Amino acid sequence: MAVAAVKARGSPRPAEGIAASLSGSLAVAEAMRQTNPDVVAAYPITPSTIMVEKFSEFVANGQVDTEFVAVESEHSAMSACIGAAAAGARAQTVTSSQGLAYMWEALYVASGTRLPIVLHCANRTLSAPINIHCDHSDTMGARDSGWVQLYAENTQEAYDNALMAVRIAEHPEVMLPVLHSQDGYTITHSVERVELLPDDVARQFVGEYRPRYPLLDLKAPVTVGPIVSPTYYFEMKRQAVEAMERAAEVIHNIGQEFGRMSGRYYGLSEEYRLEDAEVALVLLGATVGTARVVVDQLRSQGMRAGLLKVRSFRPFPGDEVVQALAGKAAVAVLDRSLAYGAAGNPLFQDVCSALYVRGMHVPLVNYVYGIGGREAMPNDLLQVFKELYRAADSGQAGPAVRYLALRE
Amino acid sequence: MVNMPERWEQESWEVLPPGGIIPEAGNSVRYETGSWRALRPVVDMEKCTHCMICWLFCPDSALLAEGGYFRGFALSHCKGCGICALECPPKCIRMVPEGSFAQEGA
Repeated sequence: MAVAAVKARGSPRPAEGIAASLSGSLAVAEAMRQTNPDVVAAYPITPSTIMVEKFSEFVANGQVDTEFVAVESEHSAMSACIGAAAAGARAQTVTSSQGLAYMWEALYVASGTRLPIVLHCANRTLSAPINIHCDHSDTMGARDSGWVQLYAENTQEAYDNALMAVRIAEHPEVMLPVLHSQDGYTITHSVERVELLPDDVARQFVGEYRPRYPLLDLKAPVTVGPIVSPTYYFEMKRQAVEAMERAAEVIHNIGQEFGRMSGRYYGLSEEYRLEDAEVALVLLGATVGTARVVVDQLRSQGMRAGLLKVRSFRPFPGDEVVQALAGKAAVAVLDRSLAYGAAGNPLFQDVCSALYVRGMHVPLVNYVYGIGGREAMPNDLLQVFKELYRAADSGQAGPAVRYLALRE
Repeated sequence: MVNMPERWEQESWEVLPPGGIIPEAGNSVRYETGSWRALRPVVDMEKCTHCMICWLFCPDSALLAEGGYFRGFALSHCKGCGICALECPPKCIRMVPEGSFAQEGA
């Protein structure tokens, strides 16, 4: 790794960063090495494999104390993480696509038992037809599984989120698993400049995990995972809803704490040149980077374009989204997954609902893009802005759901 | 050890322990599984050899033993599964329908 010490920006006096050229996968593996989880159980699947391959090298080289469980499937990977986390261990896994789908029933066991597992997901579409490229169908399929969901924009954020995810999951007010998403290939395989924290700073930030009900504490015996009758089940789910709502403040606070340390501040969402914008995009994941370039291009031509990046999809920052979009002439919500037969796709549904329940109307359209690895190029996003201006000028929004860069 | 309320079913979601965790050892004693029972084990003590096979096999620890001797059933926890009757070597346990005890008010 090419390493050069550089001074991180921000105040007060953030830690010295270590500049490196890394793919997202290797950057996340570095974060996992620094976190030094007690247990990592994983089964390789493209495009997440490199993360866990690199991490298993750290295990083999004795650079971490982690018990690495080379399981026979993703269902077993999640189950092993659940067992380890119930015992009181800090547990992590890595997967993509079909692997996440195969974990599905166990995802609910993890959140329902309130186990703070961290899952690093390299987003990839779902079969069939079989395709190894990126869209968000895998993680959106886990949307309602009770996991916190963070979406990274680039390699730097993937590294940063990998560290923050541990703190968010283990926060006593949260105690929910965290799904840390990164667009497959675009983030996981593209080499970018990234600033790593020194090991001691990262370790101090992540801290030590003190489980509240560890199964292996023989002085305070507990039962984990009992059958829960209708008399209690609803109450248990209500607790998880509350924990997810509390996670919003925790994500914000940890993002600020991380910023004071590294110079890189994070919230649940981020506005980019949005305040005085007439038209705007709402999106999440790696395409945010492309959209920033397009916004800059339009701004240089005197057009008031902006964007809203959603970093935390669960919990969804409804208040922030509504405040950010209030008064816009037209807004396009970009979805990289499909909700067949629904009144719009996942991100669009949340934006619509957030506006409606707060009595706010903003002209909205929904674009589906990037399905199965279809590229969303700057010209495609320019096209969206053009259509938004047309809608704003004519007062006619047109069809609610459209498909970007699709052969019609 | 956490002090759990005697009657959890009256407690709000804000009070209950998270995720279905039971932070109190041995509280299944308070869960009277005997209310599920359709068949009641009845023993003929004249045939009983105190071999304790029933005690060994009972999945609910509902057999009472004292000093190595069989002393009867804990009916508040016996679900009436009949494993004791099946396993009993001298066949001295019978499973009798609960209805036939109705007049005793049992």
